[in-house]
Amino acid sequence: MTLTVDVTVSRDAFDVRAAFEVPDGRVLGIVGPNGAGKSSLLAAIAGLVDASGAIRLGETDLLAVPAQRRGIGVVFQDFLLFPHLSVLDNVAFAARVRGGGWTAARAKADPWLTRFDLTELAQRHPDALSGGQAQRVAVARALAAEPAVLLLDEPMASLDVEIRDDVRADLARHLREFGGPAIVVTHDREDAAALADEVLVLERGRVVQRGTLAELAAAPATPWVERFAR
Amino acid sequence: MRVSSRPKHVGRSGRAGPVVAVLAAVGLALLVLPLLGLLLRAPWAELPGLLASEAVLQALGLSLGTAAVSTVLCLTFGIPIAVLLSHSVHWGVVPRRLLRAAITIPLVLPPVVGGIALLLLLGRRGIVGQWLAEIGITIPFTTGAVVIAQTFVAMPFLVFAVEGALRSADRRSELAAATLGATPGQTFRLVTLPLVAPGIAAGAVLCFTRALGEFGATITFAGSFPGVTRTLPIASYLAMNSDPDTAIALALVLLAVSLVVLLGLRDRWLPGVVK
Repeated sequence: MTLTVDVTVSRDAFDVRAAFEVPDGRVLGIVGPNGAGKSSLLAAIAGLVDASGAIRLGETDLLAVPAQRRGIGVVFQDFLLFPHLSVLDNVAFAARVRGGGWTAARAKADPWLTRFDLTELAQRHPDALSGGQAQRVAVARALAAEPAVLLLDEPMASLDVEIRDDVRADLARHLREFGGPAIVVTHDREDAAALADEVLVLERGRVVQRGTLAELAAAPATPWVERFAR
Repeated sequence: MRVSSRPKHVGRSGRAGPVVAVLAAVGLALLVLPLLGLLLRAPWAELPGLLASEAVLQALGLSLGTAAVSTVLCLTFGIPIAVLLSHSVHWGVVPRRLLRAAITIPLVLPPVVGGIALLLLLGRRGIVGQWLAEIGITIPFTTGAVVIAQTFVAMPFLVFAVEGALRSADRRSELAAATLGATPGQTFRLVTLPLVAPGIAAGAVLCFTRALGEFGATITFAGSFPGVTRTLPIASYLAMNSDPDTAIALALVLLAVSLVVLLGLRDRWLPGVVK
């Protein structure tokens, strides 16, 4: 189903306003300078901050639906894994809160561990994971909730340079397999190129341009876009 | 030139000046010497016999039992109060300060005053007590009164420990839980509570030791009936007049329990001390 967003998010410095659609199986990159409102926009779509306007999935209006019933998965910037739970229980969390005990939830989480190559790390706690491992857990945990939409906030930001290429390629594969609408916030051109089908540029809370990176490079709307897309 | 951030009264070697050292030594002596005196004066040879006496065992059992029940009551009601207190940052100044003051009262109030106040509330002629008396419930001078007095004085220790933990925990994990479908209740149970568990454990330990040592409010509100309300501190105080050796033995038991708790309570569990 297509995700339709047309929202205004109130912030101290300036409001963030954006309107766009993301169809099934497509990944929209949201890029822009620091403080442009990218994360606020993502939090509004997930239902974590108040917004006005419309957020629709297909014909269903999600704006009044609380975060826990929106069916929107989020991979947070520093992953926000539950520090007191093992990798297995982090991934099993969504199944656990849907009812049934931990045992049933862990059984449901098992295939996700296999898929994300986390089986050997199942009993580890988040503080014993590398950045790349933590990112895999975060994505697996979000996808195990079987969300209709997936949002990723700077998923590559906290990773070491040496592993970025491998992790990026893995993440791109998982995003293609996801199948629903996905949004990736990033400030990195390479990440946008590898992960997103097209990008939306946000500056000071406004959408200044939308298109593929090639289109942005061919006719940049602002000096920031020119530097970014080049 | 680089300016040192080292405070002036601490020398370059990290050694304190002579005045500081002397004052600190006197202060430490005041803290430690009485306990040393207790240990030196203890009738070690007769100790097993004294501790095995029925009066001591009775008081010990009563103390441990009531302090445990009081701790459970403090956990049951104190954790919700701590949650309320952590939400009160969004309130107006006046209700926020009133709430904090209400929780702090037992900390600053002399326990005897607390005992008198409890008596005026729950005594036979008390505001609530007279209603309870009509339906045949009498609280003062029962084991229940001991528990109520201990809960009254120990509650702030639990509330402030849990509030500190709630304040310092990374609450953004709660947002992650919401996006995974957890209701607010599930988020509290599966994420928030485990995150503040060290604070709750520290609070419970402090609460238990405070309840165990409770004297003033207990003797005022519950009296001193052997086996019913005569807890260890009260038994120790009463024995001091007639049988000092028993008093010292009882004091040693209280000291031992406190030390065990202190050693079990590692630095990281004391909110505000570390991190």
